[in-house]
Amino acid sequence: MKEEIDQKRRCFLRRATTAVGGIGLAAATVPFFSYWMPSADTEAAGAPIKIDISTLKPRQQLTVPWRGMPIWVIYRDQPMLDTLSKLDSSLRDPLCEADQQPAYCKNIHRSIKPQYFVAIGICTHLGCVPTYRPDVASVSPDWLGGFYCPCHGSKYDLSGRVYKDVPAPLNLKIMRHQYVTDTEILIGQDAEGVQGAISIS
Amino acid sequence: MTEEIAEHKSQNRLMTWVNKRYPWNLFWKKHLSEYYAPRNFNFWYYFGSFSLLVFAAQIVSGIWLVMEYTPTADASFSSVQHIMREVRYGWLLRFMHTTGASAFFVVVYLHMYRALIYGSYQKPRELVWLVGMVIYIMLLFEAFTGYVLPWGQMSYWGAAVITSFASAIPYLGDIILIWLRGDFNVSGVTLHRFFSLHVIAIPLLLCLVVFVHLVALHHVGSNNPDGIDIKDKKDKHGVPLDGIPFHPYYSVKDLVGVVVFFVGVLLHLIFYAYFSRSFLRA
Repeated sequence: MKEEIDQKRRCFLRRATTAVGGIGLAAATVPFFSYWMPSADTEAAGAPIKIDISTLKPRQQLTVPWRGMPIWVIYRDQPMLDTLSKLDSSLRDPLCEADQQPAYCKNIHRSIKPQYFVAIGICTHLGCVPTYRPDVASVSPDWLGGFYCPCHGSKYDLSGRVYKDVPAPLNLKIMRHQYVTDTEILIGQDAEGVQGAISIS
Repeated sequence: MTEEIAEHKSQNRLMTWVNKRYPWNLFWKKHLSEYYAPRNFNFWYYFGSFSLLVFAAQIVSGIWLVMEYTPTADASFSSVQHIMREVRYGWLLRFMHTTGASAFFVVVYLHMYRALIYGSYQKPRELVWLVGMVIYIMLLFEAFTGYVLPWGQMSYWGAAVITSFASAIPYLGDIILIWLRGDFNVSGVTLHRFFSLHVIAIPLLLCLVVFVHLVALHHVGSNNPDGIDIKDKKDKHGVPLDGIPFHPYYSVKDLVGVVVFFVGVLLHLIFYAYFSRSFLRA
């Protein structure tokens, strides 16, 4: 039997065992972290939904709940669309530079089809649901139509773009969506995938 | 004299048996009857003991509340109403727990204030202070998760706002937010897991960290209002000249303080707690 202890061998064995054990430990934590992600039924409940807009009349607003949030679809007529270009100087972010909409909604009507405005109806200030005020001069004498939040007075135009000098900092958020048919909108999913987390509230 | 000792010994046969198997007497002496604390503790030195007392009270009242509380979105609010209206003395247990939560912070802030004004965070007590900071942060999370459980408006929106801070983390913020909530928005899933954190995870960890806090303190001994190190001058037996054994001097003194403290807490519970529950605003 050898008198000397092979320290190098021991050192190697210790390091190798620690490495493998460490990998095993890291693997063992995976179920504990995954457990916290939404369960299958929760994900199903938050899955993308289809909205039927066939009965929507001009100037009418449809509200549908999805993932605990009110989803708006508003049928804008031509006079309403004409107001959108008149407001640039009153708006905080008229060109939609902040990341509040998918790329296909980065235009003056902030939608795929100009006549249908689809958005999340939650004020970007502190999370109240703004009121739909389409009538000219209804909120103030120079009001051309849009949304007015009753909680702290934030105002948005008919594309959900936020006015200057109001508490809300951002335009209304628009989630991923796509047209399945001309009268059916799929909320929460587009060609690139399903909507992830939305940190509105 | 010998008769006394003989009587003493026969009464302590059980304790002799125990002490051979568990270091009870050693513990009693080291941390109570022969643990020397400065003789000049003043008003500010009550709040460490009070913190431990309120912690224990929260655990006990919490255990009782959990017997009748349901942690689901459908039944949580009504289970709290059930405790308030139908469970015998349920209102008392519920107010003990809510008043206790506020009292916990009052007491802990006064306890921290003492450390600041007397420099109790300085060498060799830096670890006592740092461990205390960890306790404080854990206490904030404990209070937050507990506030969600009645599932009133303030509960829900408080949960929504505070968890949404996670989305400020770059790149991973949004996915961390979903991971934290267990759903795309705050929901019954979030409530149920906050229940687990509030009732088991954080209290267990708190027990552990409080234990470490006390071990760190006992290893070096307390500071005092005059800032003198009592271990500098000891008698021929090694007992500090300016020290007195924690038991019975400070155990009894703290008991008197506790009675006064309870009077204040009870006044709040009986007369004010009912009105402060409007803050839940369901």
